[in-house]
Amino acid sequence: MSREASLSGDTSTPTHSLALSGEMAVDKSKRYDRGIRVWGAHGQEALEAARVCLLNAGPTGTEALKNLVLGGIHSFTIVDGAKVTAADLGNNFLLTADSLAGSRARLSNPWPELARYVEGVDLASAEDQLHSHVPYAVLLAKAAKQWQEQHDGKLPGSYPERAAFKDMIRSWQRHIDGIPLEEENFAEAASNAHKVWAPPTVSPELRASPGFWVLVAALRRFIEGEGKGLLPLEGSIPDMHASTQQYLELQRIYRAKADADAAAVEAHARAILEGAGRDPAAIPAADIKHFCKHARYLRLVRCRSLAEETGAGSCRGGALRAALAAEDTAASAALYVLLRAADRFHQTYQRYPGSYDSEVEEDAALLKSQAQALLAECGAGGGAAGVADDLVGEVCRCAAGELHVVAAVVGAVAAQEAIKIVTGQFVPLGGVLIYNAMACTSSVFAF
Amino acid sequence: MELEGRWRDLDYLLTRQGNVVGPGFEPGPEIREFLHNDCRVLVVGAGGLGCELLKDLALSGFGNIDVIDMDTIDVSNLNRQFLFRMQDVGQSKAEVAARRIQQRIPGVTVTPHHCMIQDKALDFYEQFHVIVLGLDSLEARRYMNSVACSFLEYDEEGQPDLATVKPMVDGGTEGFKGHARVLIPGVTPCFECTLWLFPPQTKFPLCTLAETPRSPAHCIEYAKIILWPKERPDDSFDADCEEHMKWVYDKALARAAEFGIQGVTYQLTQGVVKNIIPAIASTNAIVAAQCTLEALKMVTMCSTGLNNYMMYVGTDGVYTLTTPYERDDKCPICSAGITFEVPPSTTLQQLIDQLVADPDLGKHLSAPSVSYGSTNLFMRGALEAQTRPNLEKPISDLVDGDGSIVHVNDRKLVAAMKIRLKFSGSTNGTMEM
Repeated sequence: MSREASLSGDTSTPTHSLALSGEMAVDKSKRYDRGIRVWGAHGQEALEAARVCLLNAGPTGTEALKNLVLGGIHSFTIVDGAKVTAADLGNNFLLTADSLAGSRARLSNPWPELARYVEGVDLASAEDQLHSHVPYAVLLAKAAKQWQEQHDGKLPGSYPERAAFKDMIRSWQRHIDGIPLEEENFAEAASNAHKVWAPPTVSPELRASPGFWVLVAALRRFIEGEGKGLLPLEGSIPDMHASTQQYLELQRIYRAKADADAAAVEAHARAILEGAGRDPAAIPAADIKHFCKHARYLRLVRCRSLAEETGAGSCRGGALRAALAAEDTAASAALYVLLRAADRFHQTYQRYPGSYDSEVEEDAALLKSQAQALLAECGAGGGAAGVADDLVGEVCRCAAGELHVVAAVVGAVAAQEAIKIVTGQFVPLGGVLIYNAMACTSSVFAF
Repeated sequence: MELEGRWRDLDYLLTRQGNVVGPGFEPGPEIREFLHNDCRVLVVGAGGLGCELLKDLALSGFGNIDVIDMDTIDVSNLNRQFLFRMQDVGQSKAEVAARRIQQRIPGVTVTPHHCMIQDKALDFYEQFHVIVLGLDSLEARRYMNSVACSFLEYDEEGQPDLATVKPMVDGGTEGFKGHARVLIPGVTPCFECTLWLFPPQTKFPLCTLAETPRSPAHCIEYAKIILWPKERPDDSFDADCEEHMKWVYDKALARAAEFGIQGVTYQLTQGVVKNIIPAIASTNAIVAAQCTLEALKMVTMCSTGLNNYMMYVGTDGVYTLTTPYERDDKCPICSAGITFEVPPSTTLQQLIDQLVADPDLGKHLSAPSVSYGSTNLFMRGALEAQTRPNLEKPISDLVDGDGSIVHVNDRKLVAAMKIRLKFSGSTNGTMEM
């Protein structure tokens, strides 16, 4: 609650500012090894170059600070002891491309080089050794082609269809006297069959750079042109049971296609830069390649400013009412309302509910009416769903107290989100996180 | 006074009645006094989670904390293990961590134990009210689980005797992912009940390494597993020795070049050889704080407890999932007795042989001893000669009847496995053949 408390008040200037310098002489790659394995060397460089401003060095803020220092950020400005308006925080806005076609599974839609390679692998004539080392990606591509030919170009959709698809793959295994040989590549193909109908998901990574929007525009041109509606190919393939030669050949085909796609995006980017009167070489080729490799993780995350969040009538009442009514989000949604109601309580009475032992019960009634007023303003009032009395009581019981461990959780999440934004990797939180330490649950709301 | 202010927020919870509290919660100042003066908590592991746990426990009112860790401090710990400094490298994690917490947080006693968890006797572990695990290996977790379950006793109705329940809290992290869970033997699942939660470790088949390498990791494993023993049979490989690591890296690089495989780097070599798990401060902080919160709830009942497993994923926004996993009533570690069906004429020797041959139970047994209540039926070692004649006797002569529980002990087990004998063909519990 005090986090919310720090959001209201007047503008002011930093009371003090300091820069922390790490033990720079240390071999950084060793010191930060475990983090570099998460966000890469360029992520680490971004952290070391970042300058972070911390508002309010309370328990939550200092926990966030600690995690940021450990992550490798060296330069901080700490603003404490002063009131800061929401407006000072500005719009926290991270934009990514939202207009992109989703990545479609490539195995069911191969480019010519891959199609030729798959066609060239003849299972019927292959010797046993070769047969059992055909990479599963090739088996899946063959299976997808055959299935589509037999099903009006459609992919397996229903559960029985998908099961039949896997059975078809298994039926291709070699037999000895009617008993199927156990061929590992076919087993892999069956267990990876979902890659035919669903795009794979891997941990996202995306680098925002000064030329970011140029790259987004170039990507759009690629999708509309060479890509024929598809994103550039990522180019890496997972390990699969195969002979070295077959695997490396397949890998080469994927890499060549990824290189060609990246080159096409690069050409668009250079043309866009030139057209805008900028140096066509302003964006390094390596950055463009990196961008293409992670294009499928592009997301649009539009965060509201704190003023928008807390202003009158800011909530979409329908969404809030639905969250209050749904079993898995009811408690979190009620806490969201109560935290905001507690801030209003503070504005009205200059204290948080439950501040005095003798007034806890009276405060509960007052807090509840603040919550009801808030719900009414949001258009979420009335109806059966509301804010449970138990939770009203708990908010008063805690009296805006900050348990160290709850501050540690919330501060660490704040640090984590700052690291995502600084490194331009992973997907930042797209709303308000409510952490319910009583039930150990959380919800993210964008009302 | 500074201390007064420090506990104000905790006192709101501990001294005020609430609506969302644990069973039997009675608010009052005695709770914090108990936390500070009498409650004993053990932190297992003084690494990324351990450092956070120690700070969190100390700042949550726990006054007597023990910490056990056999490791010494490495440079690569400094990105998250915030109690350690550059000049501490090479020193005991447990000792440095304990010293730093005591320096920073007055009034807290932290007792370090720089040793392996297996070095301590069971009565060491028995003195703690709650044990918090900040470990990075499944084996260590299983060991601590069997320690906690070893104290557990059931009453005659098969209900856990609460006085023998040793609660634990466990945390784990990998990159942006983590989990926190509570383990209350006899009440929640123990580790062994839910072993499937831990995915099997990826191990490459030797034939792939030797014949069909495809990835840089295959080349690195080849250099380490196949080339090292062949070319340096007299040296034992030491992952902390830079020359050894460099040797593996160079050999892997050559192997990769031979097959046209790209991507062998020194960093990857270290990662593969040492099975390095990526780790960052923020996830450790989240998981450790959650674990500490659960320890605080267990001891004070000031709020409802986690039931019983929380998963955390921070890559795509923030996602958590809280799941009430269920106990395995056939768990050899925490159940009141695993039913095992034999004809009453089975000799003790035959029973032992069948237990060892059982696909589930046999995993935990190599050379078992068997006892019934306070009677030793067959014991290895000093009592072997004395108890050997029992091996030829039918089991129905040695126990009271159908449903009797025998205790099976083994050096693979920390505590006895309880076997509930069900006599096949027997319907009324008599011992007639």
